[in-house]
Amino acid sequence: MVEFTRKDIEDLLRLIDGSDFDELKLEMGDLKLELRRRGSAPAEAASAEQAFSPAPLKGETRAAASATVTTDAPVIASGGGSEVPAPLLGTFYHAPKPGAEPFIKIGDTITSDTVIGVIEVMKLMNSVSAGVEGVVTEIIAADGQLVEHGQALIRVQPALP
Amino acid sequence: MTAIKRIFIANRGEIAVRIIRTCRALGIETVLGVSEADRESLGARLATRTVCLGPSPAAESYLKVPTIVHAAVGFGCDAVHPGYGFLSENRALAEACVENGLIFIGPDPENLEAVGDKLTARGHAEAAGVPLVPGASGATVADSDELAAKIGFPMLIKAVAGGGGRGMKRVDRREDLAAQIDLAISEAAAAFGDGRIYVERYVTIGRHVEVQIISDGETVLHAGERDCSVQRRYQKVVEEAPAPRLPHKLRSGLLDAAVRFARHIRYRSLGTVEFLVDVEREEFYFLEMNARIQVEHPVTEATTGLDLVELQIAIAEGRPLRIGQQDIRTSGHAIECRLNAEDPENNFMPSPGRITQAWFPSLPGLRVDTHMQPGAMIPPFYDSMVAKLIAWGETREEAIEVMRRALKVCQLDGVKTNARLHEAIMNDAEFQRGGVDTAYLAGLLSTVAEGEKGG
Repeated sequence: MVEFTRKDIEDLLRLIDGSDFDELKLEMGDLKLELRRRGSAPAEAASAEQAFSPAPLKGETRAAASATVTTDAPVIASGGGSEVPAPLLGTFYHAPKPGAEPFIKIGDTITSDTVIGVIEVMKLMNSVSAGVEGVVTEIIAADGQLVEHGQALIRVQPALP
Repeated sequence: MTAIKRIFIANRGEIAVRIIRTCRALGIETVLGVSEADRESLGARLATRTVCLGPSPAAESYLKVPTIVHAAVGFGCDAVHPGYGFLSENRALAEACVENGLIFIGPDPENLEAVGDKLTARGHAEAAGVPLVPGASGATVADSDELAAKIGFPMLIKAVAGGGGRGMKRVDRREDLAAQIDLAISEAAAAFGDGRIYVERYVTIGRHVEVQIISDGETVLHAGERDCSVQRRYQKVVEEAPAPRLPHKLRSGLLDAAVRFARHIRYRSLGTVEFLVDVEREEFYFLEMNARIQVEHPVTEATTGLDLVELQIAIAEGRPLRIGQQDIRTSGHAIECRLNAEDPENNFMPSPGRITQAWFPSLPGLRVDTHMQPGAMIPPFYDSMVAKLIAWGETREEAIEVMRRALKVCQLDGVKTNARLHEAIMNDAEFQRGGVDTAYLAGLLSTVAEGEKGG
């Protein structure tokens, strides 16, 4: 096991600061570290569920709305697991039709081909495959929610190799 | 009449910011649909809300009609503003908006149909009594006398099956006509397997002059003309209003013709009727109508004091125009320079990258429409225009002087730009005299290149 200290993080920050890269992702065993330059777009959208829910904008202040656009603190320590991003903008449904069983539940073991939901764009249904193998730990996007491209739909604890 | 409360903006760059500006002033909320590459753009930061439509290539984001309409409905918008380019004149988007209870901020699908196709638009121009470039199709040697009288010289013979400049012949003298027609027919038959030819008047010295139309469907107004003759490969580089040194007869002729055309097709929205001005013959010919807000609209705003985006929104709401032709008075002269992220010394290669410094201070008479700020990223996926400098003066000389100052003062670092080309144009005696033709810029560029070779 490698010990990862605060100094190591500072060294990494200096490294990315002096480089042309906007983002650094590091995975060592259980540790997962993402560093991102301020103002740079995340490669995978930071999920901001409230910001993009289809609820009316009324009553929200402009400052609050725009604050959600600027992303994050520079260091994100993820609790592990991969997020499955929405491959396209549309309305996300958990089940093939209203009242039917959902495609997946928390605790299900899935493969990368497993359909996790459908995204509707103007009456056209697009099935969404997981793209990863593992166990479903969280269903992030609500049923019937308008999701944007790249928004996190579910979280999966990847299968051990 | 429906008051618009929330607009979905289906565009990017400076025009997204420009639309947000007017929406804020009117108290209208904005939802900006962006691609992945534009998540951190100025527009994305200024809009009431921003939503990611899809990946960076425009075909997967800005050009996706169903995605845009789904997002606009999902976010509770009442209208869609398409800006310019992308889906701005797309009939499928206009129709999808109608079907989903959204107002398309632009003309209705019928208007788009009337101007969308060049042949259809020419038919309407003819019916409205708007002059077209004189021409004739299916010509043979036997028609020579008639062609010479109707079209005159120089004349261009084109192969019907040709295109993009292929199979074209220029005829300068009456005595050469019959032989050239014969030759063109046999060459066309050999090259394209189709011997049909089309003959039209050739304009040696042409200027691009266009007219801004504002119409609520009943009242059709013009807001003067713009001269966009400074072009490189059919891309406008500098635009100005009014058109300098344009004979009065031509100016009033094309303003009238533009209004006549818009009225004939019952046009309702902002639009622009483009003309080719034949300098030698002192005539003008209809080219096409653009059914959108134009890139160069600020020069009209600078000389008329109108907010064209506000008028466009009001017309889309179904409000009758509250101004008449007598209320539109032009004053002074305005010039726009399009600042592009491109390298003039390397064949105008696009120059994407991160902006390290962007400084456009306010100077008397200067307006800057841009989405640039320090740290902004110019992605490689879209067009290279990064800012528009608009200079206004009481006279054309003053406007040029304001622009020269602006080009000296303003700064945009991190990418290569065509700023020095604009300085060369503003300092050029021929441009300063006014009334240059569409071949002007190519000539200036080769002169500059020659000068640099000679040391």
